[in-house]
Amino acid sequence: MTTLLRDLYNTSAEFVRTFGAFQLFSLRLIRHSPGILVSRFDLVVKQIFNTGALSLVIIMVCGLFVGGVLGLQGYSNLARFNAEDSVGVFAAFGLIKELGPVITALLFAGRAGTSLASEIGLMKATDQLSAMEMMAVNPVPRVLVPRFLGGVIAMPFLVAVFSMVGLFGTHLVAVELLSVDVGAFWQQIQITVDMHDINEGIFKSIVFGVAASMIAVWEGYNAVPTAEGVGRATTRTVVITAIVVLVFDFMITAVML
Amino acid sequence: MRQEPEKKQQMKPLDPSSENLIEIHDLKYSRGHRVIFEGLNLNIKRGEITALMGPSGTGKTTLLRLITRQLIPQHGTIHIGGVDIATLNLAELYQLRQRFGMLFQNGALLTDLSVFENVAFPLREHTKLTNRLIRHVVLTKLHAVGLRGAADMMPSELSGGMARRVALARAMVMDPDILIYDEPFVGLDPISMGVIVRLVRRMNDTLGITSIIVSHDVAEVSTVADCSFLISGGKVAASGSPDELRTANSELVRQFMHGMADGPVAFHYHAPDYEEQLLGRDAE
Repeated sequence: MTTLLRDLYNTSAEFVRTFGAFQLFSLRLIRHSPGILVSRFDLVVKQIFNTGALSLVIIMVCGLFVGGVLGLQGYSNLARFNAEDSVGVFAAFGLIKELGPVITALLFAGRAGTSLASEIGLMKATDQLSAMEMMAVNPVPRVLVPRFLGGVIAMPFLVAVFSMVGLFGTHLVAVELLSVDVGAFWQQIQITVDMHDINEGIFKSIVFGVAASMIAVWEGYNAVPTAEGVGRATTRTVVITAIVVLVFDFMITAVML
Repeated sequence: MRQEPEKKQQMKPLDPSSENLIEIHDLKYSRGHRVIFEGLNLNIKRGEITALMGPSGTGKTTLLRLITRQLIPQHGTIHIGGVDIATLNLAELYQLRQRFGMLFQNGALLTDLSVFENVAFPLREHTKLTNRLIRHVVLTKLHAVGLRGAADMMPSELSGGMARRVALARAMVMDPDILIYDEPFVGLDPISMGVIVRLVRRMNDTLGITSIIVSHDVAEVSTVADCSFLISGGKVAASGSPDELRTANSELVRQFMHGMADGPVAFHYHAPDYEEQLLGRDAE
């Protein structure tokens, strides 16, 4: 019993310590962000390319197939109520408000998040961050902040691309394959989807971008500087980001409904 | 954030009155329950090449990290140029570090930058020099280490010895007062090793800097160091010129300098009785 209580206490204390350290780390990133955006925008652009542009292919391929599945599922279910013309609206709501931000964030964690965490972890393991410290260059603004900002800026654009390609995928399946009327398909989307729905998607994409990038950078920076440690940090990045994104998604949806 | 430019010009010179550039007094440092330094006292003279030697695990690299304040001791003081480094704030610490050049054991080159950009890195971060001038300085430093022709290569294309030489060029690009070498001879072939040894000596003499070498390569260190400290058991076990250490009476010094397998530093790590472990119940 004593051992159980001691373990419980140690685990709780460790959690509180880690959470506190994460908050301080987040504040450091945010404090340096405006300065880096202004003075070292070249570094941020490079990271937007690394995290955003290089993720485009996976985002577009997945978006196309997710949209296609929405077209098939939507058509087969809406047809029961003779409402198959509404498949466009069905897909648009799903993509813009939910699937776009959530799936993009999960894919981002798998492609860009792991890349960020392992890159930073390896820089630590090979003394590159220590070398910067020794050259009187603070690695937080020089290395971490551009990567964080790159992810935050790239995410809304990736979500937009995912949603657009997804909608195109639904169009291909519903209109070209299942002969849904093309006018009804697009007109119903135009009439029904308003700015509130799009804002919800944009807001989610920004929140998920901040969360996914911050977790990746944190895990990389705090990785144990060994091959095993970097591997573990990479795995944790995906797992923690997935959980945080889904929890945040529920909370934001509940508030914005 | 980009550091304020031209800091080096604004920095006060290190106290020139003292013969010792670095003074370590009563240093105590532990990691967990493991005591690494227990009242270490050590002075490093200005303009000399000082070697910190000792068996593996005695804390030589830890001592370097303490000197550069990457770690903070639990007790004792470290003065550099008359300044107690524990009293410096972050900005002052970074100012002080601009006086250091450090060669890491694996080079620690930034893998996403070319050789040229690696050497130019401190200049771009700390100065407002024009690209033309940066190019001039970088090529001069690369020429000094014999790698001007490798300026456009990436770190992944370099051999271990070449990476170490590029890191050396980067360490001296800001014309530091103190150059620190962490195990500079590990894993080098004889040619690369000879090149590095000559570079260390030549730079120290021509630039008038102070050099600190951490190594357990007795033969190579002896050829280049003016003064050596043998660290063992958390303290300085012996000090003096390489010749003095080689002829010292202490058993520990003799074991280390002559590479004897057994002595005060046991070859075998603490373990249960060999025969009992092989033939005893555990074996079943």
